[in-house]
Amino acid sequence: MNIVALSGAIELGLLYGLVALGVYLSFRVLDFPDLTADGSFPLGGAVAATLIVKGVSPVLATMIAVCAGALSGICTASLNVKFKILNLLASILTMIALYSINLRIMGQPNVSLLGESTILTPLQGWLQALPSWLGTPLVMLVIVGLAKLLLDWFFKTEIGLAMRATGANPDMARAQGINTDRMILLGMGLSNGLIALAGALFAQVNGFADVTMGVGTIVFGLAAVIVGETILSKRGIFWATLAALLGSVLYRLVVAIALNTQVFGLQSQDLNLVTAVLVALALILPNYRKLRWRSSR
Amino acid sequence: MKSPTLFRYGAVALLVGTIAVGCNATDSSQPSNLKSVSVTQIVEHPSLNAVRDGLKEELVLAGFDPDKTLNWQWESAQGNPPTATQIAQKFVGESPNVIVAISTPSAQSAAQASKQTPVIFSAVTDPINAKLVTQLEKPGGLITGVRDFAPADKHLDLIAKLVPKAKRVGVIYNAGESNSVSIVNFVKQSAPARKMTVVEATVSNSAEVATAAKSLVGRADVIYVPTDNTIVSALNSVLQVGIKNKLPVFSGDNESVEKGAIASLGFNYKDIGKQTGKMVVRVLKGEKPGEISVESPSQVELVVNPKAAQQMGVKIPDAMLKEAVKVVK
Repeated sequence: MNIVALSGAIELGLLYGLVALGVYLSFRVLDFPDLTADGSFPLGGAVAATLIVKGVSPVLATMIAVCAGALSGICTASLNVKFKILNLLASILTMIALYSINLRIMGQPNVSLLGESTILTPLQGWLQALPSWLGTPLVMLVIVGLAKLLLDWFFKTEIGLAMRATGANPDMARAQGINTDRMILLGMGLSNGLIALAGALFAQVNGFADVTMGVGTIVFGLAAVIVGETILSKRGIFWATLAALLGSVLYRLVVAIALNTQVFGLQSQDLNLVTAVLVALALILPNYRKLRWRSSR
Repeated sequence: MKSPTLFRYGAVALLVGTIAVGCNATDSSQPSNLKSVSVTQIVEHPSLNAVRDGLKEELVLAGFDPDKTLNWQWESAQGNPPTATQIAQKFVGESPNVIVAISTPSAQSAAQASKQTPVIFSAVTDPINAKLVTQLEKPGGLITGVRDFAPADKHLDLIAKLVPKAKRVGVIYNAGESNSVSIVNFVKQSAPARKMTVVEATVSNSAEVATAAKSLVGRADVIYVPTDNTIVSALNSVLQVGIKNKLPVFSGDNESVEKGAIASLGFNYKDIGKQTGKMVVRVLKGEKPGEISVESPSQVELVVNPKAAQQMGVKIPDAMLKEAVKVVK
């Protein structure tokens, strides 16, 4: 693997770390299996790209994209808590609706940002001073690191604790006077806001938004969370969010290896198989560890 | 408690080791004196594969044999744009002499990643809208290529010739495919001059194609299927509606005529690949991509299917049968 491919994989892994954080929030904290991600990721890209092409400043465009993502999450959560639609089904409904909405927003299936100014443009001078393989991954590290620390802080606030209680034991949470419906709405909004931020950044860093770019986002997010947990055991929120980021970067490194035809004869055609094996292994290994632990006691 | 920790460190060590092996394997196995061409493709699909095969054939003809005298690499993103960006980054890092990008998202990824490496795109319908180039003639910069914009105006002429009473042209397409949207927009522009109107039926996946085709019965005089991956993969549903309701079905690609559409003036995708190959050879021999104009396919081939025409109540005149490059039996 060459340095450009390696730094590219780390950059993409960090960017998708925002997806992993979002999926961690919905899947692990709220215990809400949320497929909205496959729609909210391209939604973020669609909103940001369309606004940037129309001349809106990239920072404002990105912020609006995050709000759009949050709205989509709130939409899924409302279908679930207000209208009592099964959580998985509610998220599937939002996801398929978003496909059409994304097409409407962009007015075409693919919006190109090649040559447009993006959120990276103001940093251009600073980026050019660094080797090209280092600059963008560093920017991603800062953005994703900040998101992680903010999320860690949030989970320690009163609302954050209430949200964790909602996912852990809704009945107990309600008995403590927590409005669990509101917590699910807020948490799902936050989760999909993060995922839409990832979509908005993806479009700006890679030069295009495409309506198909959300395919498999949720599978990826789950893979990152589960693989991360296998490597870093759960020792509290700080480690759990770090594990999600680590899982995300590792996943992209594995893809980069799979793209390396000379190693193990793997090719890009095998990617879906590699993902499935990776996630299955990550799910099997902890059980295996538990068994070993029990028998060794 | 010891064994789980050991296990975890073992897993990490294994992963790090694999990545390290991955790093070494490519770096040491690249002979440096050969020219290199790296091809990235968004998905495996008969037309796109034909482009790749034609490209390879042309390179061999020009003395660049992938097995002996050329470093040839090919990767498919399996329909996933993030993977396309990773493929582009891998290629750019290896700095081959030319990157060939088949399809729009692959070309955009390569264009964004490349700082020095020439990029030749192929099978991109609208390179200006995709912002790959700002102009078709002498685009400047590092990028040029071959576009596959189907001559939909000629398709309308063909329909007018075979079905003179056709005034309402029903078009079925997936609104999520950029190529289709560009072509349908062009059909809408070309229709008024031929005293035709366009009736649209859009789908988002192949399961919806049958319903969309049925929705055109009574609303349209003919059905036109553009070069759209979703519709072409479910073409039989359209053909059945056409036969049952005597609603003539025309297509934008020649493969669909062989499956049962009445007629088409289509590209031969292998020829597009060969045309791309000629361009790649020019760059390998030292020309700058920015000075090579974006090309359109040099010819379209008329293919007709008399049996399908008869089933849908249309007669193909003898003159046209003689003119056709291929008559499907």
